[in-house]
Amino acid sequence: MQKHIYAIELKDIDKRFGPVNANNKVCLQVEKGSIHGIIGENGAGKSTLMSILYGFYLADSGEIKVFGKQYKFKDSHQAIKSGIGMVHQHFMLVDNFTVLENVILGSEGGALLHDGLTAARKELTRLGEEYGLKVDLDATIDSLSVGSQQRVEILKALYKGAKILILDEPTGVLTPQEAQDLFRIFIALKKEGVTIILITHKLHEILNVTDNVSVMRGGEMVAHRETSNTNREELAQLMVGRKVLFKVDKLKKDIGEVLLKVSNLSIRDKNNTYRLRDVSFDVHAGEIVGIAGVSGNGQSALLESLSGIIPVSEGYIEVLGHRMDSDNLIYPDKLREYGLSHVPEDRQRMGLISEFTASETSIIGYHNDKTINSRVILNNTKVKSNCGSLMADFDVRPNNPKLQSESFSGGNQQKLILAREFNRDPKILLIGQPTRGVDIGAIEFIHKRIIAMRDSGKAVLLVSVELEEIMSISDRIVVLCDGQVSGRIDSKDANERTLGLMMANAFNTSDNIEPLTT
Amino acid sequence: MNRNSRINWINRLLLPLLNVLTAFIATAFVFVFIDVDPIEATEILLYGAFGYQEGIGYTLYYATNFIFTGLAVAVAFHAGLFNIGGEGQAYIGGLGTSLVILMIDPNTSPLIFISGSILGSLIFGGLWALIPAYLQAYRGSHIVITTIMFNFLASSLMVYLLVNVLRQTGQMTPESQLFPQNSWLPFIHNIAENIGFTIEESPLNISIFVALFFSILVWIFIWHTRWGYAIRATGLNSTAALYAGIKPKRIIILSMCISGALAGLVGINELAGYQHRLIMDFHFGYGFGGIAVALMGRNHPIGIIIAAILFGILYQGGAELAFEMDNISRDIIVVMQALIILFCGALQYMYRPWLIRILAPIEKAS
Amino acid sequence: MEDLLLTFILTLDAAIRVSTPLILASMAGLFAERSGVVDIGLEGKMLASAFAAASAATILGSPWLGLLAGILVSCALSMLHGFASITHRGDQIVSGVAINILAAGLSIILGLAWFEQGGLTPTLTSDQRFLSLTLPGIELINNIPLIGTIYRELLSGHNIIVYAAFIIVPIVWWIVYRTQFGLRLRAVGENPKAVDTAGLSVNKLRYKALLVGGVLCGIAGTYLSVAHNAQFTRDMTAGQGFIALAALIFGKWKPYTVLSACLLFGFLDALAVRLQGVVIPGIGEIPVQLIESTPYLLTVILLAGFIGRAVPPKSVGVPYIKER
Repeated sequence: MQKHIYAIELKDIDKRFGPVNANNKVCLQVEKGSIHGIIGENGAGKSTLMSILYGFYLADSGEIKVFGKQYKFKDSHQAIKSGIGMVHQHFMLVDNFTVLENVILGSEGGALLHDGLTAARKELTRLGEEYGLKVDLDATIDSLSVGSQQRVEILKALYKGAKILILDEPTGVLTPQEAQDLFRIFIALKKEGVTIILITHKLHEILNVTDNVSVMRGGEMVAHRETSNTNREELAQLMVGRKVLFKVDKLKKDIGEVLLKVSNLSIRDKNNTYRLRDVSFDVHAGEIVGIAGVSGNGQSALLESLSGIIPVSEGYIEVLGHRMDSDNLIYPDKLREYGLSHVPEDRQRMGLISEFTASETSIIGYHNDKTINSRVILNNTKVKSNCGSLMADFDVRPNNPKLQSESFSGGNQQKLILAREFNRDPKILLIGQPTRGVDIGAIEFIHKRIIAMRDSGKAVLLVSVELEEIMSISDRIVVLCDGQVSGRIDSKDANERTLGLMMANAFNTSDNIEPLTT
Repeated sequence: MNRNSRINWINRLLLPLLNVLTAFIATAFVFVFIDVDPIEATEILLYGAFGYQEGIGYTLYYATNFIFTGLAVAVAFHAGLFNIGGEGQAYIGGLGTSLVILMIDPNTSPLIFISGSILGSLIFGGLWALIPAYLQAYRGSHIVITTIMFNFLASSLMVYLLVNVLRQTGQMTPESQLFPQNSWLPFIHNIAENIGFTIEESPLNISIFVALFFSILVWIFIWHTRWGYAIRATGLNSTAALYAGIKPKRIIILSMCISGALAGLVGINELAGYQHRLIMDFHFGYGFGGIAVALMGRNHPIGIIIAAILFGILYQGGAELAFEMDNISRDIIVVMQALIILFCGALQYMYRPWLIRILAPIEKAS
Repeated sequence: MEDLLLTFILTLDAAIRVSTPLILASMAGLFAERSGVVDIGLEGKMLASAFAAASAATILGSPWLGLLAGILVSCALSMLHGFASITHRGDQIVSGVAINILAAGLSIILGLAWFEQGGLTPTLTSDQRFLSLTLPGIELINNIPLIGTIYRELLSGHNIIVYAAFIIVPIVWWIVYRTQFGLRLRAVGENPKAVDTAGLSVNKLRYKALLVGGVLCGIAGTYLSVAHNAQFTRDMTAGQGFIALAALIFGKWKPYTVLSACLLFGFLDALAVRLQGVVIPGIGEIPVQLIESTPYLLTVILLAGFIGRAVPPKSVGVPYIKER
């Protein structure tokens, strides 16, 4: 019997980065001429898997078969030759080149550009008409809209002969209308026999566009489904997973006044894309508000604006009565003085300085504090002994303030940061992903301490992608999707299904999108 | 010893030693290439640096300059900035030294002269670094290019001043008038005489104690004050520094001005301590030497002092070598400086992958 | 009036001679920086090749062999720079500074050892140098009033490297904007990731760019010791490598604009020589140091953003590491 040939077949792909297992025995089968979705949260391993397929990384072990032939891609050049084309999440375009120049880069067709450019122009015009990828070939990239830039990326892949197109989170930077146009292009491509792999975390995209879907979680491939045989709820559950639930006992507490007020907050990044749009909520003294959502939906912008690291674009924030808006900047050191503490989401990038010792790390953000500074001298001995007590209090091991912070395990690093921020006795506590990369024993400890903060009258804002964590600790839950509030619920009324639905909400228009007919 | 400590040892001790060793071996190759016995050359060099009192004096006098410029480059490096402008900052710092001395009444007490001239060097050196620092912080101008330009501008400015403004009327040589006696920093050989020891004359003066003093100051500043903490944080992880509320623009200006000020102190040693008048090019080579010293000394005052003494040895020994051997000039020291900058700076991690693989391999996951 | 015109033409003539090494060195820097590598070492490469060229010309008796030696040495130093900054991802500025200091020291040390003339190389005889060439047709054109003077003084009478430099600029332009190599070069400087994902080697492209730069620097250095002068002298580059860098920035990394910047700087230098001792009514004597500083002042002003923005290639100075 003739073996069924898939467009892509991956067997037991394994990839480690240091101690992290980004891909753990991942298997995948993509039918020829189909649109195949790969869904999962950030950090689930989807991008790593695709980078391996594209030759950007070399897998530690496993098999790659493209149209039945086995390959071991050492670089992107080989992948391109086998018919794979990739449209990255962050575009790989040269901003001051024209569309034409970007497309032919690497496939110029000869030492002199002139002939290559003429040939390319003809071919690209043809491709553009055939697939509806209309773009001004002589425009420079930085003059194009994001949607047009993406079309250039697709044209690039097609020009190099891609029969399999991989798109990594393509709609993250598109308006709803542009996303619809993109899906129409998918249909046109599929008609011509192009296989499409769509990586996304948005459930509605999967349901509207794909034929099959694979779900990744924590570096593993956990499920395959035919799209017509599954639904939102099932996919949401598979994506988010079931973790051990620590039921933490919370006393019913009376909440106090509003300490943190967020009003119509919008944040735009340097490309003028909205990272956060019209977000409003309050946090009272003595309560924990959990911000739920798949990562990449504006949580970072929220935390960074609340903590004074990035400026507000529209709307305002009120921290203990002090107002932050586009005309009033308040820097992190001032906010700390007012009584705000911040446990950042990314401890390596922001919360720690790897070369600093634990002792030095214990005063990041507080180095100007009067209790450890005389007029000129920073009292290192005092800092060290304070650090020792902090480490004992939060069970940071080994209890050695002189050890470099990069020598501690992830969990202990996190506990050190939490110790630092909690110990300040702040009035407002911002916490991002407190138990990421932390072992189970430490998780329970950390959760108990967060609740203790709340019980002593602090206003706590907890941002986490772990639904279990949000549900078990928060008093109220606000769900973010695509930078906007897509749902609010009291935690006693919340369950995984409801939250998953709220997290998958995509457009601010009605989420009943007509499935595109093939 | 667990893996982390091993890696620490590799990074802090083994790697720098290997780098310096490579630089020395490369220099030995150069000696061989020009038909000079490297062993013999080393002997002459060490003799010149230690073999007689005057030599030792010169060694330490040179080392003093390298301490100043080494500290300067190191402070900037801690903030993540490369200060190549040491040459110009040292030159202009000397201008500051001279102007203060020449403007104070000659009969003022030596103490006032010393404080004043130190202050003058610091301020002028710092000011010469201020403009490039400001341009980097507020206009994004690449500080390396601007400081190189400012080196050249310093040269032109000083030539102009020495030829047209400060030159003694009727004199041919472009130099200022002689500094008043009270401003002269005491020579070490004179101090020794006053307490009963006779040692050979050399340019070594009390500036070396000024250098040691500032080394301690820098050590305190960088590791024991909140501003030093902020500087180090910015240099190591600018995102975490932002999180901590540290303002990067202020750090750039602060660290560069301190850096320039330290480089300016070369004027104390050279002018107030030895030449006793402002001359052209007194600063020559110390700015770049400071880069090598900072890299070798890994930006720590103790390492810098050791590296500075080493460079003093090389400078003085090199002079001896040039004296003894017909066809070698002091430029061999320049070659060595370059090789040190190459192997301790640009190629500083060259050996690391091998060292880690041999001495601290990752244990295979079970 | 005639006099003023003649002076002007002669100054331009001198300017062309002074600009030549700047043009060559800045083109070298253009290739490096367009590919994303900072090349502070232009100064050192010019100096080293000046020494190598003069030495070879003396020993082997031919300016062409001197040129070859100069180019080889300059390329060797370029590869050293590449080894440190590309392969080992070391700090590009530190590497450049090391090369500059190495060239300065080594050229004297080797010169002393080989020629025993205090660091100089022996004066080259006429057939060991590149001499000035007289352009054809000079007898005919010479007698035409204005054009003849221009032809005789300004255009004819330069050595071959000067003419080569001016021809090289359009060639550089053509390579950068009309060839596959140039497209890839510019891409690497702006977005190395785009090049990597297109299946090309970022490092190989950068090495190639440095190599081309090495050749050009080699010609520049040879010009100094074997054409413009008749020997190598200590530190004879006198900062021209940095002025070339300044011209590169001032010219915004575009070949023809950089050429204009070099000519401007050369002209200012020639002017400075002419204006020495000249008194301008009302102002007095212009300090020669002020005119000599103009290239540096202009560069600082440009970098400060006061005469338009100087936007370098985006990836300049950043070693390329495949990100996680």
